[in-house]
Amino acid sequence: MPAVSKGDGMRGLAVFISDIRNCKSKEAEIKRINKELANIRSKFKGDKALDGYSKKKYVCKLLFIFLLGHDIDFGHMEAVNLLSSNKYTEKQIGYLFISVLVNSNSELIRLINNAIKNDLASRNPTFMCLALHCIANVGSREMAEAFASEVPRVLVAGDTMDSVKQSAALCLLRLYKTSPDLVPMGEWTSRVVHLLNDQHMGVVTAAVSLITCLCKKNPDDFKTCVSLAVSRLSRIVSSASTDLQDYTYYFVPAPWLSVKLLRLLQCYPPPEDAAVKGRLVECLETILNKAQEPPKSKKVQHSNAKNAILFEAISLIIHYDSEPNLLVRACNQLGQFLQHRETNLRYLALESMCTLASSEFSHEAVKTHIETVINALKTERDVSVRQRAADLLYAMCDRTNAKQIVSEMLSYLETADYSIREEIVLKVAILAEKYAVDYSWYVDTILNLIRIAGDYVSEEVWYRVIQIVINRDDVQGYAAKTVFEALQAPACHENMVKVGGYILGEFGNLIAGDPRSSPLVQFNLLHSKFHLCSVATRALLLSTYIKFINLFPETKGTIQEVLRSDSQIRNADVELQQRAVEYLKLSSIASTDVLVRAGGTGGRRLPPGPRAGTGWLRGAGNGARGLSPPGGAGSHLAPGRGLAGWAGWGMGHRPDPSTPSPSADLLGLRAAPPAGSAAPTTAGNLLVDVFSDNTSATSGLAPSTEDNFLSLPVMQPGSCQPQMLGLYIGSEGHRQGLAHLFSPPPPRGRFVCKNNGVLFENQLLQIGVKSEFRQNLGRMYLFYGNKTSVQFQSFTPIVTYPAGAQLNIQTKAVEPLVEGGAQVQQVLNIECLSDFTLAPLLNIKFRYGGTLQNITLKLPVTLNKFFQATEMLSQDFFQRWKQLSQPQQEAQKIFKANHPMDSEVTKAKLLGFGCALLDKVDPNPDNYVGAGIIQTKSLQVGCLLRLEPNAQAQMYRLTLRTSREPVSRHLCGLLAEQF
Amino acid sequence: MRMISQHCFLVSKTPNICLLQWTNQIRFILIQNRAGKTRLAKWYMQFDDDEKQKLIEEVHAVVTVRDAKHTNFVEFRNFKIIYRRYAGLYFCICVDVNDNNLAYLEAIHNFVEVLNEYFHNVCELDLVFNFYKVYTVVDEMFLAGEIRETSQTKVLKQLLMLQSLE
Repeated sequence: MPAVSKGDGMRGLAVFISDIRNCKSKEAEIKRINKELANIRSKFKGDKALDGYSKKKYVCKLLFIFLLGHDIDFGHMEAVNLLSSNKYTEKQIGYLFISVLVNSNSELIRLINNAIKNDLASRNPTFMCLALHCIANVGSREMAEAFASEVPRVLVAGDTMDSVKQSAALCLLRLYKTSPDLVPMGEWTSRVVHLLNDQHMGVVTAAVSLITCLCKKNPDDFKTCVSLAVSRLSRIVSSASTDLQDYTYYFVPAPWLSVKLLRLLQCYPPPEDAAVKGRLVECLETILNKAQEPPKSKKVQHSNAKNAILFEAISLIIHYDSEPNLLVRACNQLGQFLQHRETNLRYLALESMCTLASSEFSHEAVKTHIETVINALKTERDVSVRQRAADLLYAMCDRTNAKQIVSEMLSYLETADYSIREEIVLKVAILAEKYAVDYSWYVDTILNLIRIAGDYVSEEVWYRVIQIVINRDDVQGYAAKTVFEALQAPACHENMVKVGGYILGEFGNLIAGDPRSSPLVQFNLLHSKFHLCSVATRALLLSTYIKFINLFPETKGTIQEVLRSDSQIRNADVELQQRAVEYLKLSSIASTDVLVRAGGTGGRRLPPGPRAGTGWLRGAGNGARGLSPPGGAGSHLAPGRGLAGWAGWGMGHRPDPSTPSPSADLLGLRAAPPAGSAAPTTAGNLLVDVFSDNTSATSGLAPSTEDNFLSLPVMQPGSCQPQMLGLYIGSEGHRQGLAHLFSPPPPRGRFVCKNNGVLFENQLLQIGVKSEFRQNLGRMYLFYGNKTSVQFQSFTPIVTYPAGAQLNIQTKAVEPLVEGGAQVQQVLNIECLSDFTLAPLLNIKFRYGGTLQNITLKLPVTLNKFFQATEMLSQDFFQRWKQLSQPQQEAQKIFKANHPMDSEVTKAKLLGFGCALLDKVDPNPDNYVGAGIIQTKSLQVGCLLRLEPNAQAQMYRLTLRTSREPVSRHLCGLLAEQF
Repeated sequence: MRMISQHCFLVSKTPNICLLQWTNQIRFILIQNRAGKTRLAKWYMQFDDDEKQKLIEEVHAVVTVRDAKHTNFVEFRNFKIIYRRYAGLYFCICVDVNDNNLAYLEAIHNFVEVLNEYFHNVCELDLVFNFYKVYTVVDEMFLAGEIRETSQTKVLKQLLMLQSLE
């Protein structure tokens, strides 16, 4: 049956479209369009009233022109008029015009509300659907304001036609997503759940989507949907392939509805009711069984539809993670797909297996497929499939197969696509650290990484290897030897030179006994690379040289010669020049004693301790979904300081600013000012200046300098670094560079116990924050100050919440122009829906003098902001304390004090943290005891805490007990950083 | 050139922004020919016109380089494109990364079969000359970023009924 013929109905439109298609050039097209626009304009302006047909035709032409990419600035009124027509075709064109153009002209919406209201009330199902589709397609807040209460009525009214119900359900879904606050919950909600029983499968299809969305926010209100969904699913799954007639697709009964029902069930834990659960397990088994049956059709549509259900069923099985039998069956099924001739299936099987690998029940089963997966990594044509294979290898990795997987990944890296190299590098680095049984293997692996894919080895990776070498005595000699050998290669990557520079500078003495790697040989080897390296690497090598002078006095003459050469001491680069000058002076003026103190004693340059970037985890997060470290405990290399601990670095180990700064310690100059020595006064003054002033020198550049200075997110490791920073802060040239380094500062720690302050500051922009929190709600005022005299353009701050739906943050856009010297304010309304650990992110983009600035900050919204202090008596406290005695309810940290142990300050911090301080509860008056409730929308979490200072050891023990494990851990981590 | 926000998926230009990321829904449907001409663009989130144009170009660039040995899925920004090629036309659906690939792949085919029946051996020109009817077909089968109706019989019956109306 030829349903429609070309352009039937509107001949003029068809002619116009043909004309446009026949235009030979863009100019001809524009000419033709302008002619048509003039024609339409004159028709609309003419005295003669247009009939509905002409109006429809012209509006349709305008729409066509708009879709070609031209602006339309008239015709809206005519389109609105079409809405009141009682002819379907005219109404349809009117609605279409509005839904397509509404983005460009939101004024339109107000004009059409009335027409939509009339159509909704018309009892004509065709018109009602048109109106509902329009509301759904526009989906703006204005639409929600006007119709959010009307649509639910239409949805559950007894006499509503099925097709209207379908549209109403999805229309309501759209309004709810746009403006959940405007959709009133009420009596209709229970009736919506019962739509799962509706006879019309189309209605069920639409309703499941709505319920899935609603139940994510209100799981309790909708939990009856579980049993209804199970019974609906069971009826579909057990039906014969012809039972459902219209809804059978290539012999598969209702595939899309099945998928949607299985997704709905993933919003809930396994059903508690044994009968329901039994029925569901039966369904899942049937689905798995059907995958083994011979196909009813050879068409790909048949197998795709069937497998769509299968993959969703497997997702549900993984979500429950409680049925070992089903998990292993799922794994076996996916194993078959790994070798299927359809690329799609291989891809999806790899992807799905990745999640199976994290379940303790199926981890072993997944591991049996290692050879197939390695083969996929080597042979798949589609890079995205290879990527999934790499993800899966990463996920299935454990102690037993780590060496094999890492070596396969390394060999793949030699030929890997550029697009995924960085990610593979990161994966290898993480696995090598996590599963290293001997450190020489770890060092080899990382050096191999640098050798094979040096460009893709980020700073975090090579900082890490240095850090581990520093922390492990037993590997230092091996590392020095290996890196020395690696540097022999005629062409080696600059990152290798950096690692070599550090490691030889620290531990070169361990191999200096061998004449083949004597101090001078080491130095010459490093210096042979010097001239090919970038400024940053050269700077690093200069630091290595000064360490060499200390380690090996016999190299002093040679190195001084190098430092003294014009290419160093008169280098055009100010940093290199300055290093050369200062190191030269240092090596000639300072007594051996000073140098030894500068370097530390016994050749141990670097104080063991973590110093690495938070960037690592960020990088891993961007890298891939597959990158969350596979299950199991933390790193073997540095317990408690493995990858999991990295996020907190820099913050947790911030030295107390009141103790002598590391730079002073290293040079020993603060204690013994060189003014009295034979040192030339210029150099001496510079140094003294720097040390007495290193806070104020930067204060104009960054807020609260010691925070930033000491918790610099990505700071190069090595003893010389703090020293360098200290030294160079004094010179004007370096201020710029440092200011750059200092932004963005990590705001997290500073705002845990206070609500107001400067969140961020650089030379252009200052961001102030003021916030208040009550129960589970909060309001935050952000003040963006333009510090320059030039206008910021396209100023767009955007707040995002990285994971899940634990926070609901609403805000309004700010004006895109910020005048010089002006301040704009943005208000965030924050609702805490459930407990969370990640901070929301604030991304600010703007143009300043033509260059795009892009800043991303963590907003100081931490879980403790939703603390409500609770007073209680001693006996109550201990009773509750005992109630929360399960091991996972408690989190404890023992840590060194980073600030003076002042009891008033500590009290203020605890109060700022949000809990009530309870006096006379703890028998030891030195201890602090607190209590409070974390208020979230979905639940309240009672928290008890106890802080025991030990003034003698300068240590604290912090214990938190709450009813929820992640809350205990998270709060404990947050608070521990404060002391 | 105006600045295009990388976060355009999350943020609309309307004054009140809901920043909660609602998962699992179609972000847009595109039909493009090999030359990159758009034959249908249906948006289920608010984008401004520049962003739409950029997305259209990006999708075209990503999809047309792939061959039959590749999967029908491509990662795309924070989302994924499920696509299928019919003669010179690419039918693309942009969904969230954890959405069901095969279900949307077959939703495309289901949609194409309906178009084929409705236009009686559909070809690219049918979509050009009857662009306003294609929107009606889409709205019958997809609404608010969700699958609305999957029965070809029901959809075609409804379309013929509408066709008969004045």
